[in-house]
Amino acid sequence: MTAPQDASVLSGGFVEPAVQSAHAFRALLAAMARPGTMQTVTGAQPPAPLSVAAGVALLTLADPTVPVHLAGAADTEAVRAWIAFHCGAPLVAAESAAIALGTWDALQPVSRFSMGLPDYPDRSATLIVELPALTASGAHLRGPGIRDRAELSLPETAAFIANRARFPLGFDCLFTSGSTLAALPRSTIVENA
Amino acid sequence: MSDDAYNFAYLDEQTKRMIRRALLKALAIPGYQVPFASREMPMPYGWGTGGVQVTAACLTPDDVLKVIDQGADDTTNAVSIRRFFQRTAGVATTESTAEATVIQTRHRIPETPLTEGQILVYQVPIPEPLRFLEPRETETRKMHELEEYGLMHVKLYEDIARHGEIATAYAYPVKVEGRYVMDPSPIPKFDNPKLSDNPAIQLFGAGRESRIYALPPYTQVVSLDFEDHPFRASKADHACDLCGAAESYLDEVITDDAGSRMFVCSDTDFCTGRQAAGHRGRLSPLSKEIA
Repeated sequence: MTAPQDASVLSGGFVEPAVQSAHAFRALLAAMARPGTMQTVTGAQPPAPLSVAAGVALLTLADPTVPVHLAGAADTEAVRAWIAFHCGAPLVAAESAAIALGTWDALQPVSRFSMGLPDYPDRSATLIVELPALTASGAHLRGPGIRDRAELSLPETAAFIANRARFPLGFDCLFTSGSTLAALPRSTIVENA
Repeated sequence: MSDDAYNFAYLDEQTKRMIRRALLKALAIPGYQVPFASREMPMPYGWGTGGVQVTAACLTPDDVLKVIDQGADDTTNAVSIRRFFQRTAGVATTESTAEATVIQTRHRIPETPLTEGQILVYQVPIPEPLRFLEPRETETRKMHELEEYGLMHVKLYEDIARHGEIATAYAYPVKVEGRYVMDPSPIPKFDNPKLSDNPAIQLFGAGRESRIYALPPYTQVVSLDFEDHPFRASKADHACDLCGAAESYLDEVITDDAGSRMFVCSDTDFCTGRQAAGHRGRLSPLSKEIA
């Protein structure tokens, strides 16, 4: 038996799961379909240091069938307990994670995350990258979902250029900051500003 | 049992999460078929169980849903799916393409251009474009992995050798962003050009075959062809007999036993909209009165 948890672990989930997760998913869908666009999400109050957006993404996507990896400062007792209660997701090492969560520095080296298999490229990791700020400026994005060109404040470009070079293999990223999120699927071509 | 006994949009939350994860991966790898754990739905396979599951995973209570079957809002399949979501999700419904936020379709893309923010959900019977050329899933999967699509070009070439042109008229294979060959579902090839560079999100669900795939907005989609036999989007060489539209896809309707026929828009919303705006065709009641 583990020690009794703080009761705050029990709160911070969706109050109306079916409706709130539907709205949250539509934000995730819009973000992934249109790389670089900002989406605002609400409804989760995860323990520090997780952002609202990262909490919403976990509540919407993670469940007992989805192995989650917590990187660096995100791996706290409170976060583990919150995920255990609200998602029931098993916590695993980086190599076997379907979803990995942490700051960009904490997630390094990103090459350890699953890129999928050549015949099943969908079996790859989704990285939830916590950023101090998220704006539609910085690195240039082109590719599916982008009419001409988009911009996104990526933490770096080299890793994403390398990730695109492996297409259709690769990881997909959700960037979160406060209640804002944006996505960068592996299909996006990233260029330095 | 009351309708409240169901979760919002019928499916349980864990099933929706599974479908939602598949949808996000599908958007990240345009044209690639993501396997998903398709559920039994309260309608038979072949009635759009894949599309229904995708729609259920996407719907929010704020959505306005339109359902079409071969372009028509008023056919059995469209009516039953629309009523299914009216009952289980309580969403508003419409027959107007422009007013809808989510459109589930069987075998057509609406004539009215789609806009950013709309989601088009296709019902797909056989998602694997190579299936009738190679029945083994292990082999077709390897062919997609290796981008080994020569067999598809052989099939199109055999069309030309036999008929003098590419005779494939529907489910015409396309290549997505220069990588995956994809089945656009059995839409007429007339609709193929609308797949490419479309501002809407296009999602494809195959329930019996347990596959989901997707096209993000503004994705480049090319219909396969040859330099000397370029792709042509074809339609019946007539104008609509009810609204006079010359540019819409037409259904041919036999009107008696003597071989009389009429051609009408397959997209009922498009046709009624044009008639309401005063357009008339060869057989519309008003033009008869005038004659």
